[in-house]
Amino acid sequence: MIRHSWWKILAFILLMYTCTMGFLVEIPKLDGRLQETIRNLFFHVPMWFGMMTLFIVSVVYAVIYLNKPGSKADIYSVEYARTGTIFGSLGLITGAIWANYQWGAFWSSDPKQNGALIAVLIYFAYFVLRGSMNDDEKKARIGAVYNIFAFFMLFPTIWILPRLAESLHPGGQGSEGNPGLNGGDLAPSMRLVFWPSVIGWTLLGVWITTLRIRFRTLQNKLMHG
Amino acid sequence: MLEIRQQYSLYGVILYVASTIYIVYASMHQPENQVWNGLFWIVQLFVCVNAVAKAFLQESRGRMLYFYSIAGAKDFVISKLIFNLLLMLVMSLLSLGVFIILLGNPFEFFWKFVGICCLGGISLSLVFTFLAAIAAKAQQQAALMAIMGFPIIIPQLMLLMKISEIAFSAVVQEGLWQMIFLLVGLDIMVIALAVILFPFLWKD
Repeated sequence: MIRHSWWKILAFILLMYTCTMGFLVEIPKLDGRLQETIRNLFFHVPMWFGMMTLFIVSVVYAVIYLNKPGSKADIYSVEYARTGTIFGSLGLITGAIWANYQWGAFWSSDPKQNGALIAVLIYFAYFVLRGSMNDDEKKARIGAVYNIFAFFMLFPTIWILPRLAESLHPGGQGSEGNPGLNGGDLAPSMRLVFWPSVIGWTLLGVWITTLRIRFRTLQNKLMHG
Repeated sequence: MLEIRQQYSLYGVILYVASTIYIVYASMHQPENQVWNGLFWIVQLFVCVNAVAKAFLQESRGRMLYFYSIAGAKDFVISKLIFNLLLMLVMSLLSLGVFIILLGNPFEFFWKFVGICCLGGISLSLVFTFLAAIAAKAQQQAALMAIMGFPIIIPQLMLLMKISEIAFSAVVQEGLWQMIFLLVGLDIMVIALAVILFPFLWKD
């Protein structure tokens, strides 16, 4: 059992660590602007790492499907994209809550908010597109094509465009800014919580997805005898 | 191609361009530069959805089968891309002309804007050709075009609006070439994806 589910136990331990140390760890007080809201780093930023990982797995399975059609690759591709979209939405929500305290409004049309919203909307359209077709084989094939297209659209929307515009987002001072945060700025004590939290949340995403995949596979078996 | 066989659809698009711009004129008369710019690109977007979406949506099944028998998937999608690109180029320049006649000519650098307008028309037509190819396979095609198209087109439109500011006055735009390269890069990416992925959409 340990051999098969060690990573689930690891995810649990890491997230317990994140959720306790995330609130307890000593944070540097620079000039009184960020204050305690910096703790959002342990919850908001890992969502984007998780989303990217899940989308990468999803697009890999989409390519596998196009090369060798089969319901397994299709289910994997959809479910990874689904969890990835949920992570992206959570990233937007946690970011908006943080922005409400830091910038004074949930939504202030910051380039980084816009880019991330567009990226998530593109993936929502993926599910609408799949929903609009009845034939399973066609749904999987067209869905895979769109999935690859959506993945490539992630690069301009969350990696390139937000770098080009001025933003209030941490780490983003003008065009030389990083899309998210500047890793070099982290205090060592925070780094000790941040990276475990990234791994923990990503593992949780994979775990949720494997459960969904098992559910869908069983459903398929029941429906097709 | 479709537009020569069904000339009324081509005239329909031209009429669409003219009437949309007239409505804009009737409600705004001669707006400020920034508004002019924004309105122009929004009108371009809707013209493109109308003109280019037809490329796949209105072809009948039988005719698609005929194309399938005489040409390969790659040749077919490339010819569609080129045709729509030219169509949208004509439409962009046409609407630019109508815009100037009705809403006034706010430019200091007219030819710069003509260039940007061509670039914009090309970018829009490429993206929507590919999306139309996907949407044609599904039901409720028109609604899907909007759902899939608008999030994807927002980054391009924002880039275009930013770039076109250089045509209105002698401002120094930071990272101008970067943005133009990005736009051209996006176009190349869309072409590459369309050529690689279309064969999978094609077989039915």
